[in-house]
Amino acid sequence: MKKTVTQHHKNVNENPCNMCMPMGGILPFKGIEGSMVIMHGSQGCSTYMRRHMAEHYNEPIDVGSSSLNEKGTVYGGEKNLKTGLQNIIKVYQPKLIGVLTTCLAETIGEDVERITADFKKEHSDLSAKIVPCATPGYGGTQFEGYFLTLKQILKHLTKPSESHDKINIIVPNISPADIREIKRILQVMEIAHTIFPDYSDTLDRPYERPYKKIPDGGTTIADIVKMSGAKATIQFAAMVDDELSPGLFLKEKYGIELHNIPIPTGLESTDIFLHTLSSISGKEIPQTIQQERGRLLDCMIDSHKYNAEGNAVIYGEPEQVYAITKACLENGIIPKVVATGSKTTKLKAALQPMIEQLDMGIEIVQETDFSVIRSLSVKHHVNLAIGHSDGRYLTEQEGIPLVRHGFPIHDRVGGQRLLSVGYTGTTMLLDRLTNTLLENKYNQYRTKMYKEYYEKNFLIGS
Amino acid sequence: MEQLALKDPKVIEERKEFISTKGAQKQQVKCDEDSVAGSISQRACVFCGARVVLNPITDAIHLVHGPIGCASYTWDIRGSLTSGSNHYRNSFSTDMKEKDVIFGGEKKLAIVIDELVEKYKPKLIFVYSTCIVGVIGDDLEAVCKKQAQKYNIEIIPVQSSGFIGNKSAGYRAACDALLRLIAPAPQEQLTNNGETSQPKEVKKKSKTINYLGDFNLAAEAWIIKNYLKEIGVEINVTFTGDSDYVSLKKAPEASLNIIQCAGSMTYLAKKMEEIYDIPFIHISFLGIEDTKESIRKIARFFNDPEIEQKAEQLIARELKTIESQLDWYKQKLQGTKAAIYVGGGFKAISLLKQFKELGVEVVMVGTQTGRKEEYQTISELATEGTVILDDANPTELEQFMTEKGADLLVGGVKERPLAYKLGLAFIDHNHDRKHPLSGFVGAVNFAKEVYSTVCSPVWKYV
Ligand code: SF4
Repeated sequence: MKKTVTQHHKNVNENPCNMCMPMGGILPFKGIEGSMVIMHGSQGCSTYMRRHMAEHYNEPIDVGSSSLNEKGTVYGGEKNLKTGLQNIIKVYQPKLIGVLTTCLAETIGEDVERITADFKKEHSDLSAKIVPCATPGYGGTQFEGYFLTLKQILKHLTKPSESHDKINIIVPNISPADIREIKRILQVMEIAHTIFPDYSDTLDRPYERPYKKIPDGGTTIADIVKMSGAKATIQFAAMVDDELSPGLFLKEKYGIELHNIPIPTGLESTDIFLHTLSSISGKEIPQTIQQERGRLLDCMIDSHKYNAEGNAVIYGEPEQVYAITKACLENGIIPKVVATGSKTTKLKAALQPMIEQLDMGIEIVQETDFSVIRSLSVKHHVNLAIGHSDGRYLTEQEGIPLVRHGFPIHDRVGGQRLLSVGYTGTTMLLDRLTNTLLENKYNQYRTKMYKEYYEKNFLIGS
Repeated sequence: MEQLALKDPKVIEERKEFISTKGAQKQQVKCDEDSVAGSISQRACVFCGARVVLNPITDAIHLVHGPIGCASYTWDIRGSLTSGSNHYRNSFSTDMKEKDVIFGGEKKLAIVIDELVEKYKPKLIFVYSTCIVGVIGDDLEAVCKKQAQKYNIEIIPVQSSGFIGNKSAGYRAACDALLRLIAPAPQEQLTNNGETSQPKEVKKKSKTINYLGDFNLAAEAWIIKNYLKEIGVEINVTFTGDSDYVSLKKAPEASLNIIQCAGSMTYLAKKMEEIYDIPFIHISFLGIEDTKESIRKIARFFNDPEIEQKAEQLIARELKTIESQLDWYKQKLQGTKAAIYVGGGFKAISLLKQFKELGVEVVMVGTQTGRKEEYQTISELATEGTVILDDANPTELEQFMTEKGADLLVGGVKERPLAYKLGLAFIDHNHDRKHPLSGFVGAVNFAKEVYSTVCSPVWKYV
């Protein structure tokens, strides 16, 4: 067996493949109706994250900061945070405020649970809910920050409620278009649901006047409160560690049955999603969706020979990486290098059996950076990269074409519109992959053949 | 007009002094203060300020001592071009984790430097401190010194802890690092023979200048270099666009410093005057008037009729080539109202002038880090009724642009989606732009960009 699994041990991180924890914490709040976020720490953190998100979603991203300065750092930032909360309430009148910590606040030992509890006591007329989350930047990547925040929101907002008919759908960091597609499938199947979080409208809003500071849409707080009484939870978080799992929290606290499945990208993963829906609701998979499946199969057949020439590097957040790797595998693209900046115990274990079957040299690396990803890609003669924009240097430096997928996409428009889930989304994703392989092949084919078979044989030495 | 702002419940109390209306108020806007907590400031942090100034130094290793996010968000942050090494386009981080925060990061920093020296054999490493480094008290100075001696290279700490001020403090930290870099090396280090002697004497070269505050975005420093070459003035070194270790070391030899970006470089110029007796003048190559005036100013400085004559020839020729193009744009842009919200005061001032040249009225102008003198100039240049504001937030931008009927906003990445959501045209004046805005060619590019956005057919439909 030729498989290799490498751990990357060097101390320097050279061109990061991931971002920091509080970045992941912003997104869940953006998917709740009427909510705002404030980051407790120095101004820079929130500005960077706003910039990254604004470029990816092409939407204004208002995130506050307690703007900790030297004094606040020495004597504690409580006053700054409280002033910040007050100002945000005044200007935005939010229904919910997420308070995320940064490296700085954590290092000086700020207890946001206590500070926000005090703030609530001091303002008894406060209608906004406040959810504090400790998300030190050095505590993990945006991936862990995202799920930790989801869990924290559930901890703070859910209350025991009567059983009802809805299914909780907990989504990872996928595109607004993906969320919308999942909602469409649920509607077609006539399944009552609560999508959590739902930033499909808030981070991909239609042009409208007048401008709203907090966009419409998002999971309602009332629905979140009642997630405790749902029929079941479907969570697309197969790679998430148990202690970060919001679905597991609902199961343990309220006894809600949990189906923890991969993101429905690829034929098999979408099958799993639909069968899960069907088994929970007792409803048949409708004809229109069966047809979409048939169309995906047709697409897979159309492109299978081209895909067989694909040697891919796949990088990004573990959940996305897993979904894409599976989709590649079922389409004959060989995932030569599978990489993530996160630390995850599940990715390797989940991929191992599939990769062993393939019996090809495939590397899975975690807690890694782009210097490693780049050298492995070269070593394995990769001809297709799939991941976020920070991999653009693979194209610039090694000529490996990049299909942009995941977050952040900051050097192209339309990150918010990329559709990759369900049978339809998978079809679109697969076309993007195959066409990139084809484009690359056609671009290089004349020179390549000329060099290989003409130049070498007829010109050298003549 | 200012009454509206003051009465609006949505305007944060502490922000009022940072907003004024030309003509309506006697006193100037307040500036150069910490951001108000929770105000959604558009500002970045000290670290960011230092990084954007130093990053264009092409052959340096830029090592961020801190958690991963800071390095991730500022990777290749400027579209600075290079004629030599590409090293600056990497982002290195010590990737501090929880245990480094608890036990200190000095050891890891030293190991990371070891790894980097072994792999890249650099002449120069900048080590940037981030928020938590300042809090946990790692002795950057000591680690850098020890490692520099060990490898006999320069390792310069940049004191850029995020919370010690705003972006301007970061500019200053960068300038301090540059001052250390350009200080002539003691003889012993040059010859390596162990003898101690006085720093070598600086030999001045006549008619050579240092060009400060151009970061060679989209080849801008090269454009100016060509102009000056044509009139017989040699550029010694650019700070910091397309500069490197060797060229920066020669900085003290110049006979004049010219400063483009005043915010980031005035401090350095003053220091260089003090230490190396190099006089400085402020110039600007943004817009036709400023470009003309700046070329003349430089020519006059050298008091050489030949240079002055060549300068006039260059100006006449360039004006002739662009005149008709500009006239066409001017005509199309009649009646347009613009708003400006940019990083530094220098940029805002030159934009005010450029809009005047195009016959476009400016109705709002603000900056993130403008200084008192700059706001004075802005106020002089602005027309009656123009709103002037420091460290604004999305709410204020929205309010004043709407109130004043702006058709166009000039800003950075975070402001773009806001403008678009408000149905306004937008000009990117950010680090990452791909077309030069300096010099005569830049003036045409600017006009073209204004035209392409203001006169786009899309506005007919919204
Ligand atoms: S790593 Fe820490 S300091 Fe850096 S941006 Fe993230 S939260 Fe802020």
